[in-house]
Amino acid sequence: MAMIQVKNLTRIFDVSKPWLNRVIERLPKAMLTAVSDVSFDVEERTVYSLVGESGSGKSTIGKMAVGLLKPTDGSVLINDIDLSRETDGGKLDKARSDIQMIFQDPYASLNPRWRVREIINEPVSARGGNVVGLAEKLLEQVGLSSLDADKFPHEFSGGQRQRICIARALASEPKLIVCDEPTSALDVSVQAQVLNLMSDLQENLGLTYLFISHDLTVVQHISDKIGVLYLGRLVEEATPDELFENPKHPYSQMLLAAAPKMDGFGREIDPPQGEIPDPINPPTGCAFHPRCPIATAKCSAERPEMRVVRGARVACHLAE
Amino acid sequence: MADTTPAPKPRGRLAHWWDGDFAYQFRRSPVAIISFTVVMLMVLAAIFAPLIAPYDPFDPASLNLMNGFSSPMEPNAFTGETFWLGTDDQGRDVFSTILYGLRISLFVGAAAVGFAMVLGITLGLVAAYVGGWVETIIMRIADVQLTFPAILVAMLIFGVAKGITPVEYRDQMAIWVLIVAIGLSDWVQFARVVRGATLVEKNKEYVQAARLIGRGSGAIMLRHILPNVLSPVLVIATISLALAIIAEATLSFLGVGAPPTQPSLGTLIRIGQGFLFSGEWWILLFPACTLLALALAVNLLGDWLRDALNPKLR
Amino acid sequence: MSEAVLSIRNLTVEIPTRGGILRPVDQINYDINRGEILGIVGESGAGKSMAGNAVIGLLNRPAKITGGEIWLNGTRIDQLEGEDMRRLRGKHIGMVFQDPLTSLNPLLRIGDQLTETMLEHLDISRDKARKRAAAALDEVGIPAAAQRLDSYPHEFSGGMRQRVVIALALCAEPSLIIADEPTTALDVSVQAQIIALLKRLCRDRGTAVMLITHDMGVIAETADRVAVMYAGRLAELGNVRDVVTHPEHPYTDGLMGSTPLASKGLKRLRQISGSMPRLTAMPEGCAFHPRCEFAQDICRAEPRPKLNGGRSACHFPIQQPAEETA
Repeated sequence: MAMIQVKNLTRIFDVSKPWLNRVIERLPKAMLTAVSDVSFDVEERTVYSLVGESGSGKSTIGKMAVGLLKPTDGSVLINDIDLSRETDGGKLDKARSDIQMIFQDPYASLNPRWRVREIINEPVSARGGNVVGLAEKLLEQVGLSSLDADKFPHEFSGGQRQRICIARALASEPKLIVCDEPTSALDVSVQAQVLNLMSDLQENLGLTYLFISHDLTVVQHISDKIGVLYLGRLVEEATPDELFENPKHPYSQMLLAAAPKMDGFGREIDPPQGEIPDPINPPTGCAFHPRCPIATAKCSAERPEMRVVRGARVACHLAE
Repeated sequence: MADTTPAPKPRGRLAHWWDGDFAYQFRRSPVAIISFTVVMLMVLAAIFAPLIAPYDPFDPASLNLMNGFSSPMEPNAFTGETFWLGTDDQGRDVFSTILYGLRISLFVGAAAVGFAMVLGITLGLVAAYVGGWVETIIMRIADVQLTFPAILVAMLIFGVAKGITPVEYRDQMAIWVLIVAIGLSDWVQFARVVRGATLVEKNKEYVQAARLIGRGSGAIMLRHILPNVLSPVLVIATISLALAIIAEATLSFLGVGAPPTQPSLGTLIRIGQGFLFSGEWWILLFPACTLLALALAVNLLGDWLRDALNPKLR
Repeated sequence: MSEAVLSIRNLTVEIPTRGGILRPVDQINYDINRGEILGIVGESGAGKSMAGNAVIGLLNRPAKITGGEIWLNGTRIDQLEGEDMRRLRGKHIGMVFQDPLTSLNPLLRIGDQLTETMLEHLDISRDKARKRAAAALDEVGIPAAAQRLDSYPHEFSGGMRQRVVIALALCAEPSLIIADEPTTALDVSVQAQIIALLKRLCRDRGTAVMLITHDMGVIAETADRVAVMYAGRLAELGNVRDVVTHPEHPYTDGLMGSTPLASKGLKRLRQISGSMPRLTAMPEGCAFHPRCEFAQDICRAEPRPKLNGGRSACHFPIQQPAEETA
């Protein structure tokens, strides 16, 4: 039984100008499809990564997974509970305490006017739980000192703040943590510390991560399974070894080829063609076809379904 | 390196604050120090007016009509008494009336700003956090009100309120009506600033983290967002205080504000101007100078505060 | 044949504060030769951008150059002020910043921005400048360049905007380009395009490039030599292949090792404990010693180790080739 079941998840944002402007300028309503018909499962105690460039909808999926956004269509089930449709308050609260999130910006994710103790305790104290000694215990668990509980966030560096965020995420003893680019604001050496900490915690506490990142190298390191997103669609899903050794979707291939390599001295590559299309008017058929080197007429007419190709799921007419 | 000192040991909260950037900037700004001193002196004088004032200008028993129109620092021709700032036609000591007038002025100003602040912060916070048609309605009302001069709005509210109050309570209620009138004319800028700041804060990740664990909207607004939008509010409150004091003085000068039984600085100026051309200049001049100094000091303090709290301007 | 386009000698930048004098750039030395790309790499706060800004005279007060010399094509430029510096900056040094929007005037058509820059620094007619502007846009890979001259910056996508910035930086034919995190705000696929473009143009024209970035992968692929900065000082300077594969300074070693790329197949990433010292609490001696596993007494004592023409500023450089991770 998968812990997270994402089924046909779709999210459309209304990005139209105000009504009066539309009438005067004779503009139609503008609808941005951030996530389009995405389905995947995440097994318990594994790390599932969503990787993609800007506008791929990876953060939107993360927000829907934790219930910060409602899906336009489709559903996210976490242990069989749909956060956006569940009406039983008790069940909902139980489900919420099982889910936590770590955000990208360690500066914006801690309330600057609160002490570290209050910040870490909030997930528990908001539910009326016992918080005696909780923050101190968690601070030591994430590699900080219990004396830090009385300080304010501005007294810490970016990496230390991210540790505080992790401590807060652990406070309600969740089973699932959605990590939205948790290390992309950090320096490399600090990123290594935080990633190691996250791996250790995942192992020791039996956590499940939904890990969202644009950084292929980080994703390769931490994941058990990777989903590649392009323009709100899931184009490939595979294990890291399979994806990095043998990418099957042309977009995955392009992305991997373009990523800088540490041993790529003086590498001359043919850079990828084109840029990400406008998500308000996405291309017909397969969203990648205008940039795809092997696209055929079918690709521009018909959106490919996800299908299993040699141990991976790929949404491409031509992959084999 | 040799020229960097080791981090100082943690000390008491006050010492820590005194070492902080804010206090440091204060110590470095003569304008801030002077205006802060002036404001504090006036506030203290107003609070302790009954102790400081040599006479009680509202006790008819202590008044001696013979002392009327004494010039400042000159013995009265009839009684030989000397008054620092002279007396008015009733023989009231001008210095004492200023102290009591200051009391009314500061009280009305502060209470009006407090009222505007509570109203504006609440509406601004709710408008930004809830959004949608609630925001549209609140902000359109604010826009409409902003097109009328504040003093006009205050006069309108004052007039209406006076019309519906029974005659016998009018004088008692005047001060409170004044506070509500000035407060209602002044909430808009608080609401706009708080709304702007809230729109920024509500998308920050710490607010999302709080929503995630199921915190209610009220708790998020009060406990998370409110403390983080208060510094611009503090600046506006200070500058508004100067404006509210002047608005009160204007209303009182026009005769629609504080009644002569409880004169504010504005009332004193109105009374004083009647004597200007008959040579008793001091009855007008000293209350006017007090008002000017107060408004100027509060305004300069607000200006400095805005610079000090805005790291971008440094 | 190598001739130094830019020579930096003992450059020191200081910021006086009420807590003492901070030294975000502390006695650094390097040369950049014609046609060479020198990568400056370091974590945030290492002083890499501050060093770049010092070269173009764009230090924000109260930061100022308090020591050392900067030579550009044999002219000393660290003492130039006001108008002289501005002219030099436009003519001889081109700049590419992280955020293309801040480098372009949002109210001017990009064709006008290009021609204005050329008219200012080159002796050519307006007509010719406009033709060259179109050619420049074409060269940086903007489709239908001649038509796009009349577009405003906001009409371009992020990647296209960065191309325009590169065209703008190159149009006065400078001898040095300073690129400060030019691809950090861009997506991977666009980043590859921009890097390839920068590389090609500079090689074709023999322009020297100072490439400031925190991304080791970009440096490895792009730079000829690399300077590793730590806490305002140069930790290591050398050929990019040597520095990346056989780092001498323990900090470089740790930095390389902690990228997930280098730890391929490892369960845990290698990590350097602690974080870079704050400028207000700089340790005595070698700035890295509190985090260094090889630190000895000499590392904690003044004076700190210097590069002195060698590759790394370390008393105990790593001799053996760093262990390759399989």
